[in-house]
Amino acid sequence: MSESFTPIVAGSALPDAPAPVTPKQIRYTGGEPNPSLAALQSRFGDAIRRADVVWGETTVYVDRARVHDIVQWLHDDPGQRYDYLSDVTAVEYRDLQIPLQVVWHLRSIPYRRFIRLKVEIARGEALEVPSIYDVYRAADWMERECYDMFGIVFAGHPDLRRILMWEQYSEGYPLRKDFPLRGRFSRSEQLRQALAANPEARYSMEELTIAQAFEDLPEAMRRRLIAGEDTGE
Amino acid sequence: MAKNTRTVEVALGTSGVDELGRPKRSPLTVNDNGAVTTLEPPPALEPELEGEHLLINIGPQHPATHGVLRLVLELDGETVVRCIPHIGYLHCGFEKIGEYRTYNQIIPWTDREDYLNSIGNNVAFVLGAERLFGVEVPPRCTVLRVIAMELSRIISHLVWLGTTCIDIGAYTPFLWTFQQRETVYNLLESWVGARLTTTATRVGGMAADIPDGWTDQLQQFIRNFPKTVDEVDQLLTTNAIWVGRTVGIGAMSGEEAINYGLSGPMVRASGVAFDVRRDFPYLDYETYDFEVPVGTHGDVYDRYLVRMEELRQSTRILQQALDRLPDGPVNTSDHRVILPPKSKAMSDMESMIHHFKQVMEGPRPPVGECYVAVESPKGEKGYYMVSDGTAKPVRWRIRPPSFVNLSAIPKMVEGHLLSDVIAINASIDIVMGEIDR
Repeated sequence: MSESFTPIVAGSALPDAPAPVTPKQIRYTGGEPNPSLAALQSRFGDAIRRADVVWGETTVYVDRARVHDIVQWLHDDPGQRYDYLSDVTAVEYRDLQIPLQVVWHLRSIPYRRFIRLKVEIARGEALEVPSIYDVYRAADWMERECYDMFGIVFAGHPDLRRILMWEQYSEGYPLRKDFPLRGRFSRSEQLRQALAANPEARYSMEELTIAQAFEDLPEAMRRRLIAGEDTGE
Repeated sequence: MAKNTRTVEVALGTSGVDELGRPKRSPLTVNDNGAVTTLEPPPALEPELEGEHLLINIGPQHPATHGVLRLVLELDGETVVRCIPHIGYLHCGFEKIGEYRTYNQIIPWTDREDYLNSIGNNVAFVLGAERLFGVEVPPRCTVLRVIAMELSRIISHLVWLGTTCIDIGAYTPFLWTFQQRETVYNLLESWVGARLTTTATRVGGMAADIPDGWTDQLQQFIRNFPKTVDEVDQLLTTNAIWVGRTVGIGAMSGEEAINYGLSGPMVRASGVAFDVRRDFPYLDYETYDFEVPVGTHGDVYDRYLVRMEELRQSTRILQQALDRLPDGPVNTSDHRVILPPKSKAMSDMESMIHHFKQVMEGPRPPVGECYVAVESPKGEKGYYMVSDGTAKPVRWRIRPPSFVNLSAIPKMVEGHLLSDVIAINASIDIVMGEIDR
């Protein structure tokens, strides 16, 4: 084998991290909470609203304004070292009285810990939470997807735009519970829009300007763009 | 990332053969930009050309983008200045559809997201659902699921290896890997009746036990398969063209890889030994003896080496699972989630009620949520499920590893040549079905 290849047996966890075992006979509620919970409560006090342990996983409900500080501290503190962002997503319940929740799943690889942070956004409040893009670059596309599917604005994200749906998509936010499974527009309207889309001009104006490629476009396309036609992307 | 050069011993076809008939080897120095330095590097300084940047579009229909990925590149000459990926061409709302299905009805959808790893996704999904229901499966089922996961890892890595070889310009390994993949698909077909869309698991068990004689066929595969890996290894690992196209390309340091959320072979190639099987085990993986290979430079070449070693380690795990495969039932005896035998449905009152309730309503988990992650061939694949006590999940979230891995491509291709974009994109091992969902 080549010199660059090093098979190792141990994981990247610290030596005093708990030995990994497959969880068995997990209790529904009242399991052992993640040790980081006590640390969070003593460090942030009121910003930790409540916490529960369901199926062995600790969920911490935190204050919306402090979530960035909390994530930053979990990432930086040498006793926590949550260096890996597993997921950013949101949950909306069928019961519309339950607030919409934004969920962060964090992993501490050195200590082999897993924690779930949640922010509740009550009905009628603005759907806006702080972005953690500056702590984890992994949040880039995850936050964009969450914005795309739920309409949650991550304040501070440098490039928050739709990712799975196209930029001119106007039916709303697909994973919200008020969005019907078949889509908001009728089939005929969806077909009409698909046929009306201009497949020639698939570049956004930003792409055309950064690459100075506008001059190279066909004359007819340039005229249409100057006239303010949507670029179809 | 230390900008050090390294020397890889490569076989040069033009320098003759040694006494054993193998191609002679000579050291070549390959720097971090992938340029192969001969003894006297020619002064190949490019003249300074002030020119306009070029905008080039790759995809969405392009054979080297492995699906419907579209990359808009800004080029300065042949060097990539900026890359803007566009995804979503395959989006069909799996997570939305899952909110309208019972748990067992979602399993066929998991086949279709990462379709190279369909049986692994089936297992991952039911692991999550079983935690949500609070049921445990018998030991035979656990071992069968390990076999399923490792077989699907082998399939996925073989497809990656074959298609990446084609992208970089070698056709032969593609035929060898797809021949072995065919063997695995035959095994899966005789087990669950389907090759690609397996739907092999149920909440609380498997769709079927393995048929008679299946373990012999698997044993034969375990015996034959390492030969193919060795052949590909011999052909590629020291191949001057392969090394020149992969070493130093798309390198990510360990810190960057963790911060960008990379997982699977991508993060391990960067020297971080994070493997969900090892660090957050499931299916008793801590009782299997296997190694987690890590690279040092985090480039395309290291990702290749890590995946090659994972193929060997998967074979080891398969052998251990086969040796310990216990007898006994495959499905749990908890009839809240698994149908009682059909023969009892007409003779036993309780069994009939279970049949009726499960077929008409579907099993109902208690109110709660769980996030269960497994090590899929691409990385950390997580299923996050939230239940409000009804038979259908409130939220079914897929944490797709290739989605997060692909999000680092603008960083990886920056400053590389246009032809390296293809190699880097291939090394991520993307499946667009999983990215767009």
